[in-house]
Amino acid sequence: MVFSQGDIISIRDFSKDDIKYILRTAEKMEPIARSLEKSDILYGKLLGMLFYEPSTRTRLSFEAAMKRLGGCTIGFSEARTSSATKGEKLSDTVRTVGEYTDALVLRHNMEGTARLAADIVDVPVINAGDGAGQHPTQTLLDLYTMKRLLGKIRNLHVALVGDLKYGRTVHSLAYALAMFGTRMSFVSPPELKMPREIMEDLNGAGVSVHETSAIRDVLPYVDVLYVTRIQKERFPDPQEYLKIKGAYTIDKDLLKNSETIVMHPLPRLDEIATDVDSTPYGKYFQQAFYGVPVRMALLKSLIK
Amino acid sequence: MKTPKELKVTPIRNGTVIDHITANKALHVLKILNLPSQDTSVTIGMNVKSTQMGAKDLVKIEGRELRSGEVDKIALIAPHATINIIRDYEIVTKGKVNLLEKISGIINCGNPNCITNTGEPVDSLFYVTSQEPLVVRCYYCERAMDQSEIEEQFGPL
Ligand SMILES: Nc1ncnc2c1ncn2[C@@H]1O[C@H](COP(=O)(O)OP(=O)(O)OP(=O)(O)O)[C@@H](O)[C@H]1O
Ligand SMILES: [Mg+2]
Ligand SMILES: [Zn+2]
Repeated sequence: MVFSQGDIISIRDFSKDDIKYILRTAEKMEPIARSLEKSDILYGKLLGMLFYEPSTRTRLSFEAAMKRLGGCTIGFSEARTSSATKGEKLSDTVRTVGEYTDALVLRHNMEGTARLAADIVDVPVINAGDGAGQHPTQTLLDLYTMKRLLGKIRNLHVALVGDLKYGRTVHSLAYALAMFGTRMSFVSPPELKMPREIMEDLNGAGVSVHETSAIRDVLPYVDVLYVTRIQKERFPDPQEYLKIKGAYTIDKDLLKNSETIVMHPLPRLDEIATDVDSTPYGKYFQQAFYGVPVRMALLKSLIK
Repeated sequence: MKTPKELKVTPIRNGTVIDHITANKALHVLKILNLPSQDTSVTIGMNVKSTQMGAKDLVKIEGRELRSGEVDKIALIAPHATINIIRDYEIVTKGKVNLLEKISGIINCGNPNCITNTGEPVDSLFYVTSQEPLVVRCYYCERAMDQSEIEEQFGPL
């Protein structure tokens, strides 16, 4: 089995085999990520981290992944400490840092930046989030979490819950799950339904999806509740927002007697009550950890 | 009973006849060509009967031959248009517009947050994901644009 990607820009570029390859490699990386084994396969390699937008988990897990494999990182963690403040063009910065390093990780607030960067530099580019666009490494770690915790992806029933209209992670995840033929339910307030364009993509892939506005509808049969935050800014009326928010909050009581796991890309605000954290349902912190082996797998596969 | 008098349209000596334009899109085509203008005479036919298309528009422009960028834009609005170049009253070349698979530089991404709209040294690039109805997808931000969003780019009619 081979990995056909030279950059990681969008999950749309991936074949199912590419995804499987990364998930399999991530599994081998896990003992190293947990410090049970040591590795120096990326010894002497340097990863450039260009974070024009703040990030905790994504940035630190890339750093952890690189260092666990014996490599080093350089970069900046906010635009303020880069020459972007002097008006330097992104393409110039990327070209320069590309010369210093063996691979680049890029997060930016504008859509399409990673694709642009990948066309400019010779080293591999990994998209760590481009505005409202793509965040493919999140999707891969989401898939890895399902595979790892439930043993499969295909024969699962996954409910995507919350803001399905603007949430970039759910768009990519739905697209990837469709590749596996996974059954999906979309649970959202009517105002925040999955965009028509993506529904058409899914129908084109032959996946039928059940849409509802009530979590209780899907609880009896789903294996995964993938919860995302509903942002206040989406609702002009604060009363309306509070009502909706209440209807999409997950707590221990709601989950009682169900057999689902609860995932979340984090950061979480109050869409999942903290009383879920210590139950067998709550898997979001484990999910966050899986970001490390998945990113190790990507770095190992890309850096030559 | 009255018989219709024949309508005389002055033939073009040198210029271009754009034929088989999608019905009622002639004004968009003029917009793309920055017409009307002071010193160019233009004849427009809208929603006229056509054996090939049922109904079509056509535009005849005196004294102007189109640039290839203009022809590529017309293809986005009127994918079946024929471009006839007239010299000395005769058609010297006849060609179909060609909707390319990749569209580079001639339209902008409709997403204001797309990196191609920020002054980076890069041309816009789109892939045609559906020909009719037209849908293109930005290579960079992956956002889709449909026919009406593309038409808006050429300015208000
Ligand atoms: N000198 C001219 N001035 C104005 N219009 C002209 C001139 N010569 C041709 N045309 C117009 O150009 C169009 C194409 O002419 P042509 O004689 O090729 O017709 P056609 O055989 O129907 O072509 P097609 O196969 O493209 O439909 C017609 O609408 C015709 O009226
Ligand atoms: Mg004809
Ligand atoms: Zn774009």
